[in-house]
Amino acid sequence: MADTTLEAPAATRRPRRIRWETVGDHVVLILGSLLMMLPPLIALTTASHDAVTIHREGLQLTLGDDLGKNFKNALFEKGGFTKNVNGMLMLMNSFILGIGFAVGKIIISMMAAYAIVYFRLRFATLAFWIIFTTLLLPLEVRILPSYEAIQKLGLTNTYTGLIVPLIASATGTFFFRQFFLSVPEELAEAARIDGAGPWKFFIDILVPLSRTMIAAIFIIMFVFGWNQYLWPTLITTDESFFTLVRGIKQIVLTYTDANIPEHGLALALAIVAMIPPVAIVIFFQNWFVKGLTESDK
Amino acid sequence: MKRAGFDNIWLPVALLLPQLMIIAIFFYWPAGWALQSSFYLQDPFGFGSTFVGADNYTSLIGNDHYLRVAWFTVVFSILVTFFSLAIALLLAVKADKVLRGAKSYRTLLMWVYAIAPPVAGFLGILFFDQSTGPMTRFFQMFGWDFKLGVDYNATATAMIIVSVWKQIPVNFIFFLSGLQSIPRSVREAAMIDNRSATGRFWQVTFPLLAPTAFFLLIINITYALFDTFGIIDALMKSNPGNNPMTLVYKVYLDGFRGNDLGGSSAQSVVLMVLVLALTVFQFRLVERRIHYT
Repeated sequence: MADTTLEAPAATRRPRRIRWETVGDHVVLILGSLLMMLPPLIALTTASHDAVTIHREGLQLTLGDDLGKNFKNALFEKGGFTKNVNGMLMLMNSFILGIGFAVGKIIISMMAAYAIVYFRLRFATLAFWIIFTTLLLPLEVRILPSYEAIQKLGLTNTYTGLIVPLIASATGTFFFRQFFLSVPEELAEAARIDGAGPWKFFIDILVPLSRTMIAAIFIIMFVFGWNQYLWPTLITTDESFFTLVRGIKQIVLTYTDANIPEHGLALALAIVAMIPPVAIVIFFQNWFVKGLTESDK
Repeated sequence: MKRAGFDNIWLPVALLLPQLMIIAIFFYWPAGWALQSSFYLQDPFGFGSTFVGADNYTSLIGNDHYLRVAWFTVVFSILVTFFSLAIALLLAVKADKVLRGAKSYRTLLMWVYAIAPPVAGFLGILFFDQSTGPMTRFFQMFGWDFKLGVDYNATATAMIIVSVWKQIPVNFIFFLSGLQSIPRSVREAAMIDNRSATGRFWQVTFPLLAPTAFFLLIINITYALFDTFGIIDALMKSNPGNNPMTLVYKVYLDGFRGNDLGGSSAQSVVLMVLVLALTVFQFRLVERRIHYT
């Protein structure tokens, strides 16, 4: 009550000053939005021009006539060094990596977190520490030995070699552990009294309860997997396993090594590589923000 | 652990097994192997290796190129962290303040999160192109003959700008959610006590945001160290030459292109120690930030 009486007269006495301040805020926000929006948008408009124009004049601000042609060629024309990989194949590999990584990570980390939180286990603390030490060292730090390990196991150029080592970190387990700890104690007690076993409790109660959490973590992990670059670069040398993000450099190099670099095609491919993760982040914004801020990645 | 836990013995073991196996094979084995091979000198033709003690480490300290890369990594991390945090904080404060269009601004400012670093790097190549790039022309207006991939400082500048751009969304999201969790009553009390908006920000809002900012500091340093690999690789067009690079890029370069296993492993171990220190720091922070029920 007190604050309304304090604020109201101030607002009527000096309306102009307040309005200018708001205008200033909007100017800053619009400039910020332009800073973030323009580079990808200019990439899109540039991708609609033919190779000669882009080569001679650089980035284009207007839409040209070749948008459909460039996208069609980028997706269906065989490219790369061996000429047997096209955009569609790389798109499929990207989806396999993104979805495979996200689903694998969720299943494995949910199971581990459930075991740690809900069971009286003598070595629970030990398991906890074995798993959580992995949070300390990202894959990039141990990239060379990880590569050697994959090579010794004969898993180079396989989806297993591509996906599984990326799962070997505890981000997901840590996230689900936190969530399970916040689930009321009474739920497990009630389930036990009703005669539900641990497996039934997990599948019928805990998993449905975690739906929002699963969605949030799925988005984060899908984007993370889709955007992997260094690991796929090392593990896949066979072009039929290339993802878009991994293959883009090779494709760009072969496209741009020509007399007139095919920047239109390269940009079209770059945009194809952006669309799925960007779309998922925009459409499931609330889950995405929740997953990001609550997982403390 | 929950008080009302289950007593089953084999089920939890079975549940933990996949995670533990993956970690053992793809984490502990490689990490241990790196530690071991950092004390050996690998024969370049693959005929065994000899124990050399700490030689791989001492030769790092005397290596001019390594020290130069380390120095660049420090400068790069500080600049990327500072600028992306500062710009994101400014935008988050404004986005928290406006009433109209708040949700649209949030969407527009955060979606770049989903763009992969090498793709951002590829856009950077076109924006910093030597003959047609708009950013190149911008720098030329100030009399700087900007040559990406040729001039050390030009390449470094491009790497920093693209890396900052790519990191703004994450910082923005965290700052905004930190701001929105400040209770209304606190804001109103501050309104009464302090008329100046700037004064309110530095005396009330900023201290309340400090845990978020501190947490983001670590996240940003980790980002600058590791996740910028794709941006750096794209902007130097896979041609290291005289170009600036970070420590992670050097690990990759020496290990995979130079075939210097021992040296590369020693560098990995140095990085591991660095990250360990950072993460222990962060862990204590996270534990304080989260309140278990």
